Amino acid sequence: MPTPRLNRRDALVGLAAAGTVLAAGAGGLAEASGWLNTRRLTSSRFADRFEQVYGRHNGFRRNHAKGVAATGTFTSSGAGAALSSASVFAPGTFPVTARFSLGGTVPDAADQPGAVRGLGLMLQLPRGEQWRTAMINLPVFPDSTPQGFFDRLLAGKPDPATGQPVPSVMKAFLAEHPETAAAMKVIKASPPSSGFADSTFHGLNAFIATNSAGTSVPIRWSAVPMDPPGVSAPGGHDYLFDGLVERMHRGPVSWRLVLTVADPGDPTHDATLPWPPGRRTVDAGVITLDAVRTEAAGNARDVNFDPLVLPDGLSPSDDPLPQARSAVYARSFERRTREPKSPSEVDVEKVKT
Amino acid sequence: MTTEAPPAAPAKFTLTSRLLHWSMAAMVIGQFFLGATMVAALAYYPLLLAIHRVLGIVILVFAVVRLVNRLRHHPPAFLTTMGPLERKVATWSERMMYALLVLQPLVGWALVSASDVPVTLVGPVHLPGIAPHGIAVYAVLRTAHTVLAYLLFASFTAHICAVVFHTVGLRDGLLRRMTIRPWR
Repeated sequence: MPTPRLNRRDALVGLAAAGTVLAAGAGGLAEASGWLNTRRLTSSRFADRFEQVYGRHNGFRRNHAKGVAATGTFTSSGAGAALSSASVFAPGTFPVTARFSLGGTVPDAADQPGAVRGLGLMLQLPRGEQWRTAMINLPVFPDSTPQGFFDRLLAGKPDPATGQPVPSVMKAFLAEHPETAAAMKVIKASPPSSGFADSTFHGLNAFIATNSAGTSVPIRWSAVPMDPPGVSAPGGHDYLFDGLVERMHRGPVSWRLVLTVADPGDPTHDATLPWPPGRRTVDAGVITLDAVRTEAAGNARDVNFDPLVLPDGLSPSDDPLPQARSAVYARSFERRTREPKSPSEVDVEKVKT
Repeated sequence: MTTEAPPAAPAKFTLTSRLLHWSMAAMVIGQFFLGATMVAALAYYPLLLAIHRVLGIVILVFAVVRLVNRLRHHPPAFLTTMGPLERKVATWSERMMYALLVLQPLVGWALVSASDVPVTLVGPVHLPGIAPHGIAVYAVLRTAHTVLAYLLFASFTAHICAVVFHTVGLRDGLLRRMTIRPWR
């Protein structure tokens, strides 16, 4: 057995070697976590940006903060099975947890006709599978990349003096982002419907559907309302949500789940680009929501509508947005689940029926 | 020419223990930096998460195998270069690392279960949930996962620093008890 023999030189060498290990570990951790490069776009910085622009609202989602919970079913026609072997497209009826929301980070913002409307769905499928999707009522997404969205958020930050975005800042942003300017034109060309129940909700991002023969094809999906178009009547602070609650008290509300199939060459990497009209569509089934509830523990309030929770048979495409959405939604979920909760603005019990 | 008699080769851990030790070391260090990168990442988040889940389960299996192996085989005696206090610290840090290596993957598995997301591994293969659904449970487990990760990182770093100090400073051949190839 060697006996301890530690002179000053050996001690210094030993300490230096141990210090090197320590520095390598700490440096590796700092680099991995993005602490060294403050310009790297991380999920934390993305979540921070929502808080920076519109303030932090404890317990609520960092975006689409205002919402209401719903439940219902999806009845699959079986027609989607030709495109994808996913269990959701086999004939059957599956339970659905849904959430209607308004874009923006202020949980008690007043409803505006032009505010982005969201529909999040979580479908419970056989063998423990799920399909989660978060759709909005815009025909295309305004940004093609996470960085574009991140920068647009800041460009759209309201000026404290006027409460409105600074026009010159947004103009400069659009000059640098022609894809967003073009998407805005497409969005302007399809004005919003009167309310939630007659809104078409679009998945926007392209996903790859693979059928049982192993054939893959890019698809996008939409929920197309079965309610006829209503007459827009902007009124109270929560008129969109109140209208939805009143509508659902009269009976279930349904949407057809329509899959749009890309032709070869259609862009899958860029959600700002619509696919040309006339693409093949498949009616995969009907989403029927028959109960609406105030957001509360255990209902849609507590669901992270992560667009990458997919059944086997659906997979991401080269569109960069779903990956970033998954990361930022997870960060938002991680933050809001720890924060103190307060009641949601939309209280279903208080809506006159 | 005088040659110093080479110190007697210290007793080694069993080959199984050594193989388990090094494979675990590689996986856990990889998993820690993977996790830190993942929680900051945007584009690579889903890919890293998919690897993180599978690797976590592999680490859990290895941790249980190691625990059984450790209970069945006594490690070689401490070197005389380690004083009583250092031995005590080494004993307890070893116990803590074993506990963390079993606990941390279980907490990860449980937090995914609590968030009500399917515990997907590869393709349609997934594991059952092991925690009740609910965001309060999730929040506690998610925080615990971070705290345990830093604890593991700290104990790993301290362990490596101590072995390096022994090997490079004291030159007592401590590392040779664990090496696979008997070099030098």
